[in-house]
Amino acid sequence: MIQIAKTHLLTRKKQSAIASLGVTFGIGTFIVLVSFMTGLNGLLDGLILNRTPHVRIYNEVKPSPVQPIEKSTKYKGHVNMIHSIKPKQELSSVRNSLPMMAVLKKNPLIKGVTPQVSARIFYQSGSVLLNGNAIGIDVLEEDRLFNFKQYIVGAIPSDLANNENGIVLGIGVAKKLSLNIGDRVQMLSSTGATFRLKIVGFFQSGLADLDKMQSYVNVKMAQRIAGQGNNFITDISVKLYDIEKAKYMSGQIANTYGVNAIDIKTANAQFETGTSIRNIITYAVSITLLIVAGFGIYNILNMVIYEKMNDIAILKATGFSGSDVKKIFIYQAMFIGIVGGLLGLLLGGVMSYAISKAPFETEAIPTVKTFPVNFDPLFYLIGSVFALITTFFAGYLPAKKASKIDPVDIIRGQ
Amino acid sequence: MAYAESTSTQNNHILRTVDVQKSFVDPVEVEVLKNINIWVDKGEFVSIMGKSGCGKSTLLYILSTMDTNYKGQLFLADRLLTGLSGNDLAVVRNEHIGFVFQFHYLLPEFSVLHNVMMPGLKLGKKSREEVEFDAMKQLRLLGVDDQATKKATQISGGQKQRVAIARALINEPKIIMGDEPTGNLDSRNADIVFDIFKELSSELGTSLLVVTHDADFAKRTDRIIEMADGRVIS
Repeated sequence: MIQIAKTHLLTRKKQSAIASLGVTFGIGTFIVLVSFMTGLNGLLDGLILNRTPHVRIYNEVKPSPVQPIEKSTKYKGHVNMIHSIKPKQELSSVRNSLPMMAVLKKNPLIKGVTPQVSARIFYQSGSVLLNGNAIGIDVLEEDRLFNFKQYIVGAIPSDLANNENGIVLGIGVAKKLSLNIGDRVQMLSSTGATFRLKIVGFFQSGLADLDKMQSYVNVKMAQRIAGQGNNFITDISVKLYDIEKAKYMSGQIANTYGVNAIDIKTANAQFETGTSIRNIITYAVSITLLIVAGFGIYNILNMVIYEKMNDIAILKATGFSGSDVKKIFIYQAMFIGIVGGLLGLLLGGVMSYAISKAPFETEAIPTVKTFPVNFDPLFYLIGSVFALITTFFAGYLPAKKASKIDPVDIIRGQ
Repeated sequence: MAYAESTSTQNNHILRTVDVQKSFVDPVEVEVLKNINIWVDKGEFVSIMGKSGCGKSTLLYILSTMDTNYKGQLFLADRLLTGLSGNDLAVVRNEHIGFVFQFHYLLPEFSVLHNVMMPGLKLGKKSREEVEFDAMKQLRLLGVDDQATKKATQISGGQKQRVAIARALINEPKIIMGDEPTGNLDSRNADIVFDIFKELSSELGTSLLVVTHDADFAKRTDRIIEMADGRVIS
């Protein structure tokens, strides 16, 4: 029976080839699409996940949760109505930041902890003042944990770390003020002091608004700009080994130290939605392609069966049963599926590789030069399984029809 | 009489029918076969004759087990075939019944040899080599062994029919059935086919049942069953 199926296929090479090509393109495109889309997703996720602290500790300006009247024994048990509650006056720095960081660094779940000091400034050029923000960072730690080098152009992180008076200037600011690497930029702090810092590189995040405001300096410089001491730290970024523990960890930190802590999932909820929708689109398109390929096989086998009516009748007359005939056609479909599928895997692999070598320049990630492609073997497995399933069903229906052909009808019809 | 025959086991009947009836219901119910009681003995060469539309082909398809939609009973060597499943009947056809049709009905993609081998391979009682050996033997018997490696489409009509007979013989069936096996052949080839049939019945003891409307052909067979209007008349 396998031999009959094989002979059928080989005597109509063109049709078999076209049917296989349908599967090949279906599977190939599936692989390319999924690899490319997940690669892109991975890159975009990486943008957020690698750059964003898993837990951010900060101090939020807000009213005291327990107002003084609640503490008074005199009004205990009363319903106290307070109008016009004002936020509590306090520093924008995280309290006890240095001891807290020392303790957190010892936690086995935590990969690293780095401080940030945010200081409000004005970029000054002649009489022009531009609103801005200088963020003091521990440059090397920041790079180790959050890929700081991905957004600097024209410098490496240690250039900033080695130059206490250096600044990585937002590229938007640099354009506005016509400044280049090596120039000095003059800044006015909120306390009225003037600072002249040397530009060691540019900061480019891809978000134009951010690039027009933000610059990076060393922690000490930021503390000086803010006019504060070395325990003035506005944010602490925590990176965990396991991102899934972020929510648990942020709760722990908030409870233990009485600070505000937000985890990455809460802060970037919209991002996860985007990822899953992109995945759904990818799979929907790929499955459609495979179904189209399946219809191609269905069509061709149907035609073959019409052509082969006489042969089917003769096979049945000489003692082949309906299920034998069914097998012959299912074998044909599966053969088309296997050959087409294997070629499809190959095509998909080659095309994915070609895409991964194609140049891809983007403002958002200056360090990425080619398209990201995810070469996960799982996709190849899914592709081949799906190829087999579709071709089986595409072959099963015509095969069932063939098995039901009544040889008497055919022989009499002659 | 029908009853007596159906109960007797001491006979030589290879094929026997008991009160076979068949009707077509489309568009109105028409009875095409009425109480057919016939038999074929071992080694007997029987022809069925009749005008077009008398039901002789319909009867042959019932006898061949391909048509199962009838009333009555069909026995092959005292085994009741009526009511068996399609797969069981396929096995019976494969092993015990050989077919020769008016049109050659070879599979065009395969070689002559492979066409002959196919029912033998399906039966699976012999190895591929043995089946091939048998097939060559049959082809030699029918004088077409020199065509064995050709494609089925590359040989002449008379040769095709001989190949079809070789295929019918490959599993050494109890009975060979033919539906106008010479209808499409010139008289010379028709004579060759007839002689082959005659030889099979006399020398190998194979039963033959051939539907024909060629009176000359029928006269030379052992017995003629004549049909008219769905009945056996002689």
